[in-house]
Amino acid sequence: MEISPLLEMRNVTKIYSNGVLANSNVNFSLEKGEIHAIVGENGAGKSTLMKMIFGLEEPSEGEIYLNGKKVKFQSPQDAIDHGIGMVHQHFMLVPSFSVVDNIILGMEPIKGFNIDYKDAVRMTVELSAKYNLAIEPLAKIEDLSVGMKQKVEILKVLIRGANILILDEPTAVLTPQETEELFRELLGLKREGHTIVFISHKLKEVKEICDRITIMRAGKTEGVFQVADVTEQEISRLMVGRDVILKYDKTNHQPGSPVLRVEHVSYAESDAKPLLNNISFTIREGEIVGIAGVEGNGQAELIKALTGQISDFTGHVAIGEHRLQGHTMKEIRDLGMSYIPEDRMHQGTAADASISDNLISRFYRFKAWNKGLFLNKKKITEFSEEQIKRYKVRCSGPEQLIGMLSGGNMQKIVVARECDDKPKLLIAEQPTRGVDVGAAQLIHQRLLEMRQEGCAILLLSADLNEILEVSDSLLVMYNGQFAAYFPDAKQVKEEDLGFAMLGLKRHNEDQIRRAIHV
Amino acid sequence: MNNFMHLLFSTDFAFSVLRVMTPILFAALGALISNKAGIVNIGLEGTMLVAALTGVITSAYSGSAWVGLLCAVLSGVIIAALLGFFTLKFKTHIILGGIAVNMFASGGTVFILYLVSGDKGASTSLKSGVLPNLHIPLIQDIPVLGPILSGHNVLTYVSLVAVAGLYYLLAKTPLGLQIRAVGENPKAAQSVGVKVNRIQFISLLISGFFASLGGAYMSMGYLSLFTRDMTAGRGWIGIAAEAVGRSTTIGTFLSALLFGAADALANALQILKLPAELIGTTPYIVTVIALMVYAISESKKKKRKLTKAKLKETKSS
Repeated sequence: MEISPLLEMRNVTKIYSNGVLANSNVNFSLEKGEIHAIVGENGAGKSTLMKMIFGLEEPSEGEIYLNGKKVKFQSPQDAIDHGIGMVHQHFMLVPSFSVVDNIILGMEPIKGFNIDYKDAVRMTVELSAKYNLAIEPLAKIEDLSVGMKQKVEILKVLIRGANILILDEPTAVLTPQETEELFRELLGLKREGHTIVFISHKLKEVKEICDRITIMRAGKTEGVFQVADVTEQEISRLMVGRDVILKYDKTNHQPGSPVLRVEHVSYAESDAKPLLNNISFTIREGEIVGIAGVEGNGQAELIKALTGQISDFTGHVAIGEHRLQGHTMKEIRDLGMSYIPEDRMHQGTAADASISDNLISRFYRFKAWNKGLFLNKKKITEFSEEQIKRYKVRCSGPEQLIGMLSGGNMQKIVVARECDDKPKLLIAEQPTRGVDVGAAQLIHQRLLEMRQEGCAILLLSADLNEILEVSDSLLVMYNGQFAAYFPDAKQVKEEDLGFAMLGLKRHNEDQIRRAIHV
Repeated sequence: MNNFMHLLFSTDFAFSVLRVMTPILFAALGALISNKAGIVNIGLEGTMLVAALTGVITSAYSGSAWVGLLCAVLSGVIIAALLGFFTLKFKTHIILGGIAVNMFASGGTVFILYLVSGDKGASTSLKSGVLPNLHIPLIQDIPVLGPILSGHNVLTYVSLVAVAGLYYLLAKTPLGLQIRAVGENPKAAQSVGVKVNRIQFISLLISGFFASLGGAYMSMGYLSLFTRDMTAGRGWIGIAAEAVGRSTTIGTFLSALLFGAADALANALQILKLPAELIGTTPYIVTVIALMVYAISESKKKKRKLTKAKLKETKSS
């Protein structure tokens, strides 16, 4: 006997008002009680598909059926009323409110004119006990860890009676322990009869907890499988249409003379404990130095010190013969430094400006790009088109606003800008975070090209795969200091790296001092 | 000088603080509710002015101060509704909308005043109503406190009740929770089906309501006539009071009281033979100082929070 699926999308097409075709003839079905993964590169159309299920967007063509009945959601409220809930990647919480306040917002139990807090707390506690999602009902959101905030989000969705939960890259922000906990909770929800849509980039996780998988590429579905029947390699091939090579061919070459010299840099905010404690190292021409470490061990501050975002540190930082302290960002860049910031949304790009404006923001003031008092529009457009082609940026043209692009394509523009005018030194801070495999590969290739051209590169990354594959040598930061130096990144065992990152093992001073070249 | 000190510590002075504070407090409450909803109403000054004139004209024609008050409130709420209509529905920038309200009010009131009374400066020719002063039984017999607290205009008492009412609204009711949520993270509110625009519109209306009470008080209590630009920056000082009060109801009330005291002080200083212009600056100097103190303490608080977070981190690691 055939049972109609819980939710079905038939031949759904979505064209945005700006003409972008986000989904084309997509079919998607959800069985009751399953955990269903949706995987795909950035910009493959996963988010758009989910937005249509959640009523944030309406399909241009095609139908959505819920329990065999045709439905049309015009707002998230419609979807919520039909038992569909979404846990957003960026939490939708009010920071100064308590957990209870956030959970009951919009559906407050009342007594007279007042909110019935007794009842609200009772509801929250009951719900958290039922689904085994332990939370402190009266804690303030801003004091909670990311994992806890996510629990609040899930509870928010559950209290509104959702039986279909959409989780948008839920593990992107979690620590491994928190991820495990989340998985236990999700399996618990599944046992209770809930259906879960799990959007992710991480194939390992998909294999671990999902039942079925829908693979999307370029706005289309590439297939639906039982997760047990496909290997990670097969999934990745369907996702990107080619095997993802995580090995790069690196030519061996001898690095040149030091470009960046960092000597005895220490930094603390007010009287607190030092965030950077006597940091010294060099980066040579044609060398990629990776910096690994658990977040919050001083990496961010180190980058800030090197790029001129903080200047009240002690010690000495120089590019070639030029000391950096006391110089503005512009002056530092003029010395030949490029910087790919971690936060592409706020620091890396101006979202409301066009692709070409973003591309030239680094050198618009140079003579070559101007014609008298005005910008040389023609040259800029030609240049932009060239870069778009070279980096395979998916967009409608150089005049498109960069904020309209997906994360991966946006990042390609940042990389294009920072790598173009032959910098002597490139600081790459998490250059591929949240970027799809294809874009990440392209960015890695570009970094390796730059290395070949003799650029000194500092690569800071939380992605071990990336840092082990791309770097030549590796430094590990722990507690504001270097805990280890591996002269050959290729030889590093993940185990050793883990020990250094967690501060379990430390190289001695002599070993770490090898990071300083004369 | 002796005379002056004598005056400063008299019950008359304390009484005048409350009297002078009333319009500032109303404006501050209007600023508070709109700020809480994340939509900064800078049209308070203009709203007050319109309400002040409306109260005078309608009370003169109806012969009843109460009808005047009602119409004044109505005019303020309508202004707020217009502001909301343009900013929330047609997405005019709220600051531009507020500026428009203020400019319209400043010129428009003079124009209407001239049409109605034939005078561009004051409404002396209109027999407008005045809202009564209340002598509160029992309280008025208490020594010292009695003369300070009793005998105020009815709207002064309304302003005090409004503080309690607004506190209750924001802290205890679903509407208050939603207003605060919308102001702090509209996306979060929207994601759970709270209609952000509607909440902001309601907040603007309440804001206009408070401002209009302040306006009515100006022309039907504090004075008994309308004069050109009679609010004289009280709407703006109200906005400052809200900021100094850190957007809390109690804080806003206390800082309004402080600004009221500064204003009253300026009045009292007039018995000293100082230049009137200099004395007139007192409330504004207090505003500047208060804002500076506010900014300094705010940045200190941030620093403290940072160190605290860091301490926590070191402990846990």
